[in-house]
Amino acid sequence: MVANKIIMDLYDGNNAFELIKEVITPALERIGSKWADGDIALSQEYMASRISEDIVDSILPPESSTRRDVPVIGLTTLGDEHMLGKRILSAFLKASGFKILDYGDMKAELVARNIKNDGVDVIIVSVLMLNLVSEVRELRSVFDREGIDTKILVGGAPFLFDHDLWKEVGADSMASDAMESFEQINSLMGIVQ
Amino acid sequence: MNNDEMLPMERVLTSLSFKEADRVPFFLLLTTQGAREFNVSVREYFSRPEMLAQAQIRMQQRYGHDCLYSFYYASLEMEAWGGESIFFDDAPPNAGKPVISELEEICSLEAPDVYESERLGDVLRSTELLKEAAGEDIPIIGVVISPFSLPSMQMGLGSYFDLIYEEPALFEELMVINEEFSVQWANAQIEAGATAICYFDPVSSTTIIPPELYRKTGFKVARRSISRINAPVATHMASGRCMPLIDDLAETGTVAICTSALEDLEEVKSASKGRMAVLGNLNGIEMRRWSTKDVEHNVRNAIEKAAEGGGYILSDNHGEIPSQVSRDVLMTLSESVKKWGNYPIRLA
Repeated sequence: MVANKIIMDLYDGNNAFELIKEVITPALERIGSKWADGDIALSQEYMASRISEDIVDSILPPESSTRRDVPVIGLTTLGDEHMLGKRILSAFLKASGFKILDYGDMKAELVARNIKNDGVDVIIVSVLMLNLVSEVRELRSVFDREGIDTKILVGGAPFLFDHDLWKEVGADSMASDAMESFEQINSLMGIVQ
Repeated sequence: MNNDEMLPMERVLTSLSFKEADRVPFFLLLTTQGAREFNVSVREYFSRPEMLAQAQIRMQQRYGHDCLYSFYYASLEMEAWGGESIFFDDAPPNAGKPVISELEEICSLEAPDVYESERLGDVLRSTELLKEAAGEDIPIIGVVISPFSLPSMQMGLGSYFDLIYEEPALFEELMVINEEFSVQWANAQIEAGATAICYFDPVSSTTIIPPELYRKTGFKVARRSISRINAPVATHMASGRCMPLIDDLAETGTVAICTSALEDLEEVKSASKGRMAVLGNLNGIEMRRWSTKDVEHNVRNAIEKAAEGGGYILSDNHGEIPSQVSRDVLMTLSESVKKWGNYPIRLA
């Protein structure tokens, strides 16, 4: 595969992060921005993220101690069984060198318990079903009740069709696409790129 | 009703012929809202075909929109394939576990016979009851999930992308099987009384796959399938974008296309002119919190952009108005169409 060959030709055994920063992330940024503008389709974003994840896994294994674990990022769909958005997002972030804690489709109470134990800084919630956006509100209320200060970042179709919905459900921010989630994580954590 | 007022059927057919009717026709595509009519759970509502027909008739009489909608929910088709649906209190059911877990299973997959499925039989029963009530006065809109979009439930969208990109021969095999099912299902609904079929094809939208891939896949499937459906077909992308595909869609044999709230209605109408009517494109998600002023503004705006010359049916952009949208909003929507949508259009 062409993308794999380009990276492997440049890989010297010690420059994984350099390649991620200078080649893979900019490519994903361009793909993300094209998706946000409606210039490419979900299937293309999916294939790009899958290919990138495979390449990065080969130069930076998922269990590598050199993976970026700050900030600590969690992912969930809060009961929504539509996993594709989460899968793309997970691949994007892994391809950017992050470790990701994937909580699947757990309900709010259980997600909150895991977040507390794992010291998660940002929990990303990917939701497709409109009725399940109320689970974000539930998550916020558990956070408030238990004094959890993890930031809630949301994404998914309902938020794309109603740009104020993230505020309505008590999220800290929303991202329109996988790449924007990367920018939002940095913004929520006050990280300057 | 005054003497000049058309019946919904005449109004819709006039508009589909690119002529101005007495007013802009509008479709309120209500599904789970019907459960509220009888104060029952969504699960119970969809298990009672007579209740569903009564709810459709009751809602049409209240809001005065121009269709009856015999659609239950998308994953009902999966139940015919041996899958299951997951029910919620306040939303349409979702498809449960995929019926295709390994790509090789496609080789031995067989389409179910529509007439042997109890659940599809319920839809046919509702359709018959609607037909008894509406006769030729109100169009009854049946729904099929397109053979091309069905695999998003049969196997999950990620696996389906893998199939399309990496296993073209197996993909073609699956399309042959699905086409038999979808065409039989559409024609069974027409036989039961459906006036037209809404061909739900969200995977074909440019939101989901690129146009060049559509031309090699979903387009061919649509052209083959629609030519075998014995009634007019409207193509619906369920909130997905369609603008870059207008010329292709016009070649599929569809009589109408529903555009996304993310697209410019005027642009889609202009590109489709004389070839396909346009439906859309009110934003059902935002509609939950629309004020009376918002409803009026959005209805007026849609009419201003697309009503002139006919060829337009006002509706939401998803093919389903969420249950969270209030009766007041729907009533205001109806009043707004009747206020601003009379031909000739005068919005000043």
